[in-house]
Amino acid sequence: MAKSITQEFVKGLWDEIPPFRLVLGLCPALAVTKSVQDGLGMGMATTFVLLCSNMLVSLLRKVIPPKVRIACFIVVIATFVTVVELVMQAYTYPLFLSLGIFIPLIVVNCIVLGRSEAFAFKQPILPSIADGLGIGIGFTLSLGALGAVREALGNGTLLGHSIFGAGFEPFAFMQEAPGAFVGLGLMLALMNLVGKK
Amino acid sequence: MREMIKMVVVLTVLSAFSGGLLAAIKNNTAERIENQKLTFVKGPAIKQIFAGAANDPLADRFKVADGNEERDVFVGLLDGGKAVIMESFGKGYGGDVGVMVGIDTASETIVGIAVTTHAETPGMGARAKEDPAFAAQFKGKSIEKPIQVTGDGGEINAISGATVTSRAVTNAATSVAEMYKRLKPEIQEKVQAFNK
Repeated sequence: MAKSITQEFVKGLWDEIPPFRLVLGLCPALAVTKSVQDGLGMGMATTFVLLCSNMLVSLLRKVIPPKVRIACFIVVIATFVTVVELVMQAYTYPLFLSLGIFIPLIVVNCIVLGRSEAFAFKQPILPSIADGLGIGIGFTLSLGALGAVREALGNGTLLGHSIFGAGFEPFAFMQEAPGAFVGLGLMLALMNLVGKK
Repeated sequence: MREMIKMVVVLTVLSAFSGGLLAAIKNNTAERIENQKLTFVKGPAIKQIFAGAANDPLADRFKVADGNEERDVFVGLLDGGKAVIMESFGKGYGGDVGVMVGIDTASETIVGIAVTTHAETPGMGARAKEDPAFAAQFKGKSIEKPIQVTGDGGEINAISGATVTSRAVTNAATSVAEMYKRLKPEIQEKVQAFNK
């Protein structure tokens, strides 16, 4: 039953990688993956929140009465999200501009609440940290990959550098929400294909 | 009963702690955030409009009361005289489009415009910010008449495929023109104080 710390960390990178394996947190995954930079920025913000909230929830798990646990989780998560929002505004303003409303929306991201409820509330602090970090990095990688596909096809650039030359006509569909669904679907299909063996 | 008290206490303590932490962080970052906004949003737009200004328009700014709100006015000393920049917003395809408009205080014509914040579609409406040719059309237009796209009877050629965004920009420009006309006496008076 008891998995090692490393296992808890590694499961977030493939076995339970969000949003592909745990199909949670789709809203930010679809909305902010217009470019690699946005995807990675969102992923890192979420990782920070996941790590801190997992840590604190795990520390407080003996104190928090089970009946009001969800309310407590939300307070903890909302606090860290606001911290991220303020710090991002103060230090990486351009990133904040492109992520905009989706930063405050991390509060209602099911991944974060899901990890608190399903994992951190029942586990000691070390596995909780490993779990938060693993899931967070997995989420960051997924968003970065989806962002790369959408930015390359939809805008002809990668991290702001033109990759196809001037003759490339951007495939604007990929920058829109439907393009995000198609991109996500194809990546999910690919992952299932690889994981099937 | 005991359980209920515990629930109340835990939630209260947690919320109080969270409130305190956030207040501390907000106090410590407020000034930096204001500066970041000036550098990243308003700064580039102002530099674009006042290219070659003899002063630093970001430093030479003042506030003017407009009803219940305060408007930032940036002053630029240009070759042809003094000009002011104010910002307004128009409703675009993906939310508000912020536009900074520079107005020459002597001739009351537009010196230039620049889009600041927007959430328009990349490759479509976002070209309003990226395409200098679109913004260049506003230069020299009088602020007497409302500024409109050609489709609405005005003189600005809309960006193809982005009529809504183009209209948002012209509406914002018109609203700055109106703001200027409304606050003219006060602006003129304060601008006098700035000299080379």
